[in-house]
Formats: sequence, structure tokens, C-alpha cells
Amino acid sequence: MSTRKHGLGLWAALLMVTSVTISGALAQMPTYGVGRAPTAEELKAWDLTIPPDGQGLPPGQGTAVLGKPVYAARCAACHGENGDDPKYRALVGGRGPLTSAELSENLDWVLGGKPVLTIGRFWPYATTLWSYINRAQPFDEPGSLTHDQVYAVTAYLLYLNGIIGEADVLDAGTLPAVKMPNRNGFVPDSRPDVGKITAPKKR
Amino acid sequence: MDRSARGSQPPAAPESSRRRFLKRGLALGAALATGGRTVPGRGEPVPGPADPSKVVGGPMVPYGERSRFEEALKEKGPPFLPDEWGGNFTPLEETVGIITPSALHYEVCRGGIPDIDPRRHRLLIHGMVERPLMLTIDELKRLPSTSRILFLECAGNTRSEWRAPTADKARFTHGLTSCSEWTGVALSLLLREAGAHKGASWIVAEGADATGNERSIPMAKAMDDVLVAYGQNGEAARPGNGYPLRLIVPGWEGNVNVKWLRRIKVVARPYMTRMEAPDHTSLLPDGKARQFVFVMEAKSVITFPSGGQRLPGPGLFEIRGLAWSGRGFVRRVEISTNGGKTWRDARLQAPILRFAHTRFALDWRWDGRETILQSRCTDETGYVQPKLAELVKVRGLNSLYHNNAIQNWKVRADGSVQNVHA
Repeated sequence: MSTRKHGLGLWAALLMVTSVTISGALAQMPTYGVGRAPTAEELKAWDLTIPPDGQGLPPGQGTAVLGKPVYAARCAACHGENGDDPKYRALVGGRGPLTSAELSENLDWVLGGKPVLTIGRFWPYATTLWSYINRAQPFDEPGSLTHDQVYAVTAYLLYLNGIIGEADVLDAGTLPAVKMPNRNGFVPDSRPDVGKITAPKKR
Repeated sequence: MDRSARGSQPPAAPESSRRRFLKRGLALGAALATGGRTVPGRGEPVPGPADPSKVVGGPMVPYGERSRFEEALKEKGPPFLPDEWGGNFTPLEETVGIITPSALHYEVCRGGIPDIDPRRHRLLIHGMVERPLMLTIDELKRLPSTSRILFLECAGNTRSEWRAPTADKARFTHGLTSCSEWTGVALSLLLREAGAHKGASWIVAEGADATGNERSIPMAKAMDDVLVAYGQNGEAARPGNGYPLRLIVPGWEGNVNVKWLRRIKVVARPYMTRMEAPDHTSLLPDGKARQFVFVMEAKSVITFPSGGQRLPGPGLFEIRGLAWSGRGFVRRVEISTNGGKTWRDARLQAPILRFAHTRFALDWRWDGRETILQSRCTDETGYVQPKLAELVKVRGLNSLYHNNAIQNWKVRADGSVQNVHA
């Protein structure tokens, strides 16, 4: 019994010495070895979220002119012919500063109210629009638009919001470069802004 | 025995939830008008036997249902949205204890509840990792599991109350919060298995539903206490709550607790998704909007007496309610029965758990005169739940989310209770 204990202690000591020397590598080793590596096809099918720098944007292109008929066929039923129907979500309209009384009067429900926090007035990145349309729109057929159609509808909505021209071409290079009016409109969380933390957080 | 004769709803009633909502609204209206309690949308239940000890009871069943006389239901809103979109509110004023029954746990959906086959569902972990991993549900269940009782709260809970008292009941003022025991794998374990790179400071979590909810979460939180959960209150999570897999981010706004989780990408910067830029940001009086407003600050609500209820007359009552804080433990709940003039400490009911609903109670002798009831929560950090006017003074009226103000319930001389601003 004591011999075995002793033996285990020795092993532990040896392991500790070893782990000090190769700790960097050990920290990177899996413990349970579960799962498998995804295939390239799986990654391509799932890795759809586009960050502000446009990383992962696929080939393809579109303009507002090309986007107009796509929008009319696939988007207008919910968002209105001109993108300003507030029934579900107004995409266009509600211009003016984000401090205006008009905004305040209509903000009670972002949905169902007048256009308030629209793409042109509020959204900080055009990539968000592309990524969301590509992944989740139209509501009844999510993810059914071709990449060209997503570029084109994105261009049309940016055009309706007065951000790009009717013939401007959106693609993986130009989309991330679109400067949204409210790009610098966001600040970090500074709470508690009312009341304060008086006791240190314990675990 | 015929199910409908026993008062249960047919299992596959093809009625739309919108129609149910309308019918329920009518039934509730009728119930309020008469002061009686009918089963909403179903009419009066067939009476039970006068003496149940004189008849043989019903058969035992493989998956239990509540008594046919129980009637608490979630309520969907707002009414102008389709059934697949909006909030499904927990009837907080009808629940007891701190665990919300899974069937009554609130839901927020934007593209419906997906029908996910767990045998086909996978979790992908990739991005800035040594070993991208594709995991099955069975593989995740083999890993060391953790269970914690935790509240969830939608960032938009109490959102209708900024300008005026608009909701009639506690379910609509505060019902986008619920509390379950969640069981799953520590996300930190999975990130270690995948070998997350040192420079990675965020993750992006994505759901498998039609809207593909995507949220960026700081790596520090991901490595701290986040769960990849498959269990809720002792069984698989309900489809509306993320089946078969969801993220549980203790104390943080509901939307980052990504349901139907299928992918975690380890990244260097937030991805600025639809749900975090523009949505879930809070507009301030200077026109700037706060972004990544994660923590749910300390909050409480009296569930009895609360809006829509009626006290039968003067006498001794136990005021009851729920308190919670995204910063940890609830340390204290005070109650005012005179519109905030004086405050008394409520009893906190054990167990008191970090990031969980905490049940409080206080005996109160009502003298029959009109008054206002309030509750005020203090958490382990010393933060005290503010008055609405204090929040509005700093944030204005346009910040939409994170309204954790003190709730006011006016008790009128006739015993009726009403949502007011005070």
C-alpha cells in the first residue's frame, strides 16, 4: 500500500517536472478527444457571418438597379414598396438626428411604429445588412437568395437610404468600404450609470 | 377515457396561436368582468367528483400533465406580430417558488421555433482554434456536466413601461424573465478542447433557427461561467428554449444566451451582427447608443398583489415577489406599502443563489385604504434598484432595453390592483 502511494507520488513529481518544461504544448492538448474535424464543405455551408472588415464575403456583385426587382418580388410584401412600411420593420426613412423629438414620439415600439431606427439612420455597418439578408431573409424563405441577389438587394436598400448611388456596384471589396452615416454613433456600456457598486464582486 | 372530457387540450389542436391569443383575451376579459375564474379559451371545466375518495382515479401516464383545473398560460405579444415572432410572456403572478415550469418559461422568437432532430444537430467550434471541432449532442453529453439554477431575462423586459404604465399585469410588465435549472458543458472546457488561440478575445455564437441569431461575446465571459446547455429542469430543454442545445450566459441579457446553438466561432473582434448592431443597443439623450450592454441589473417585482388581481378586503396578506441580479446574489429586498415613504426588509426565501430568481415575502396588514406597493432590490455589489425617474434622468426615454426600475402597484380601496407610475 505504502509502496504504491510512494510510487504514485514519484510519478506525480516526475509529471510536474515534465509539465514545467513542456507546459506550453500540454496546455494545447485536448483532454477528452471528443468530436471530429469539420470538412471544408461544412465550414463553407455554416460560416456565413460577415464581420465589418468583410472577411468571408463571397464572390458576386449587384447594384440598386438590379436589386429593385428582387426587392419588389421578395421583400416588398413585408417592408413596403419603398422600404418604409413600419408594419414589421421599416428599413428606410426616419431621417434626422437621433436626438429629435420625432424619434422620441415614435420609439415606443420599434416594430409597428413609424420609421425610426432605420438602416440609413442607425445601422453602423453595411456588412451587417448583407450578412443578415443572406442568412435570414426573406422571412418565409430564409437563405434563399443568391449571393448576387443579396448584393443587389443590399445595394438597393443602401440606395433608398441615400447612402450609395443607383449604379454603384457592391461586391466583396466595395461593401465593407461603405461608410454608414451612424458609424460612430455607438459607445460602450458605462453602467452602473444610476446608483453604484459599493461592494467588490466576490466569487 | 376521452381526453377532452377530462378537460385536457387535444394534443395537436391545429388552431393558430394568434386565434388562441384572441380567444384567450376575450375569455380573460370575461373573467375580469365577472370576477370569476374560467379556464381561458376553454370555458368552465367539467366539475370533479364531490368526493374523490369514493371513486377510482385516472390511469397513470408516461409523461405527466398538470391538473386540468390549473390554468396558468404564457401570453404572446405584441398582438400585431405573426405567431413566429415576438415574446411569449411567463405569467409570473401565477408561479410559485423560484423555478419557472419549463412549459411556462418565457420565449422570444423572431423566426419561429425550429424543429431540430438532435441526431442531425451538430455544434461546430472553429475560427481561431488549434483544432476545429464538430460535436454531436451525444458527445457533448459524455463530457463533465454542470447544473446551475439561473434566471434568464430578455433585455427588452419592461420595455413597454418607459413612458407610461401600459401593461395591466405582472406578466406583461416583467414576464420576459424566468428561472430554470440548466445543465450542460462548460464552454471553457470546449474552448480548451478546441485549443482557442491566445489572441482571441471574442466568440461569435450562432443559432440554427431561421433568423440565425448571432451574438458576439467577450472571451473573458466565455471562459468564466458560460454553459453549453442541453438540460432544463431535469430533462431536455424545451424547443422554445433552445432544444437541443443553447448557450447559457449567467446574468447577461437573454439574447446572448443563443438558442438552438450550432456554431461558435473564435474571433479577434466582435462581428457586429444584426442583433448587436443595430438591435440590443440603447439610445441615450445625446444621440449616441450604448452597445454590448450585457449585464441585467438588479430588479424585482411584487407578484402578489399585482396588476389585475383583487384583494377581497382589508386584512393580513403576504406580499410576494421575485428579485434577481445579473451581478450575482440578491442581498436585500425592501418593500414599501406607502408609495416609497418608508421601507421594510422582506424575508428572502432560501435558496438564495447567484444569478437566480430569489423569492421574497412580507406580511402586510391592509387597512382598506388606497396605497402604492413597491419593491426594491439590492444585490451583492451594493447596487440598489433605481426609480424610473432616476433612470430616465440619465438615459432619457429612448433606450428601449434594460428598464430595471422599481415597479408601482396601486391598491385601490375596492381591492383592485393597477399598474401606475409614481
